[in-house]
Amino acid sequence: MAAGGAQPMIFKTLGWLTDPGHWRSTPFDTGILGQLGAHVGFSVIALVIALVIALPAGLAIGHTGRATWVVSVANAVRALPTIGALVLLVVIISPHFYGRTNAGFLIPTEIVLVVLAIPPILSNTYAGVQNVSPAVRDAAFGMGMTDRQVLGRVELPNALPLIFSGFRSAMLQVIATATIASYVTLGGLGRFIYDGLAQKDYPQMIGGGVLVAALALVADLLVAVVQRYVVSRGVSGRFHRNTSVDSRVAALVEENV
Amino acid sequence: MLTLLDSASSSPWYFFGYFLDHRATDLGWLWDHTWLSVVPVVVGLLLALPLGWLARRYSWAYPPMMSITGLLYTIPSIALFVLIPPLLGLDPLTPLQVPIALSIYSTSLLVRVVADGLGAVPTETVQAATALGYRPLARFFRVELPIAVPVITAGLRVAVVANVSIVAVAGTIGLDNLGRLFDQGYTLSVTEPYYPPIVLGIVMCVLLALVLDAIVLLVDRALTPWRRAVRSR
Repeated sequence: MAAGGAQPMIFKTLGWLTDPGHWRSTPFDTGILGQLGAHVGFSVIALVIALVIALPAGLAIGHTGRATWVVSVANAVRALPTIGALVLLVVIISPHFYGRTNAGFLIPTEIVLVVLAIPPILSNTYAGVQNVSPAVRDAAFGMGMTDRQVLGRVELPNALPLIFSGFRSAMLQVIATATIASYVTLGGLGRFIYDGLAQKDYPQMIGGGVLVAALALVADLLVAVVQRYVVSRGVSGRFHRNTSVDSRVAALVEENV
Repeated sequence: MLTLLDSASSSPWYFFGYFLDHRATDLGWLWDHTWLSVVPVVVGLLLALPLGWLARRYSWAYPPMMSITGLLYTIPSIALFVLIPPLLGLDPLTPLQVPIALSIYSTSLLVRVVADGLGAVPTETVQAATALGYRPLARFFRVELPIAVPVITAGLRVAVVANVSIVAVAGTIGLDNLGRLFDQGYTLSVTEPYYPPIVLGIVMCVLLALVLDAIVLLVDRALTPWRRAVRSR
């Protein structure tokens, strides 16, 4: 395969990607659009569940300063190999489902994705609320704001840059892991990578890689745009240069919590 | 395979027995996994030190460098694994794709860490070192870099723990490392669950991550003796 060098493989991959027949679904095969929809579907479900759990929890822990051990426990989960957890849960759960349902694969995948997405959101929300300057918080209380108002109108807006970077790093991990979910015979864009590998159809495998990378980059860009409009300019410091926080620094923040 | 299923217990707690039964293979995979996790971080650090220094020294280089490394870090690992061979003109199944991909991740993470760590060195300290007669190169290695060590090792810990998890993913596309245990367990579980290899893989990966993390922590301690001196006072 490699005998032809890099160029032919790139052209073959482009050929695979631009073939309209690969984009549409047939009764036997799900096309690129269908798998893209499935991939986005898994990811959105997991991220919504993780947000519903981690955001209020992080806000409460950060505001009260109690139960901080929850954050440490969530961070320790990171040492777990995701693919191992995925295979283990599939093996445990899937025998309980019979017939034409993919719940036996969907449920374990969603559990793993949610468990993955919680730590970055939780610890960044916690760190964001914790890092609000005490002077700002005291000023808010001094103006007569109630606990709830301080949290909602002062601490939350100030914590938003860190919360967004936590969410972005959670989203990237979920998209990446939803790809390896295809390894346990579930749909999604990873299907093309694993099928291409099994059939020695390398243009399909590499095309799958291109699609996954493109999805991750586009999703991150979309959230970055949302962040630009949601975060107050006074907080994001867009009046000055060089204050943006990205997911890698967020990882360090989490590590040091 | 069948004899293996017949002879061995499928209880999750049988993982240690499974390890003893396949000691040679498992230790081989542990070794593969270890060097695949460690070497890319070392390569990443060696590349990130000059790049991070450049980003700090020439401020115009900082924004583009951070955008490029951020972009690379955004690409999911499995995608990077399959994209590297065609981009570099290698065979689609070359075992080199994993170390190359992980080196790219580690470098992307560490460039920012090194640049920000060096940026956090107080200006007064740098000026004092200059006044004491340090030339730029000596000042970098004897003053600025040692002060940036805690930030850099924090980044190294994140990189090395992430690598252990990412290497296991490469096991699912047939490359030798502890991830093969998950592949094995999944293949053996077609008719009924067979837990030992899966549990063994998780246990070994977690232990490896903890040990590598502890080693980085020890190196950090050894390189920054002044932090202990201050703390003990």
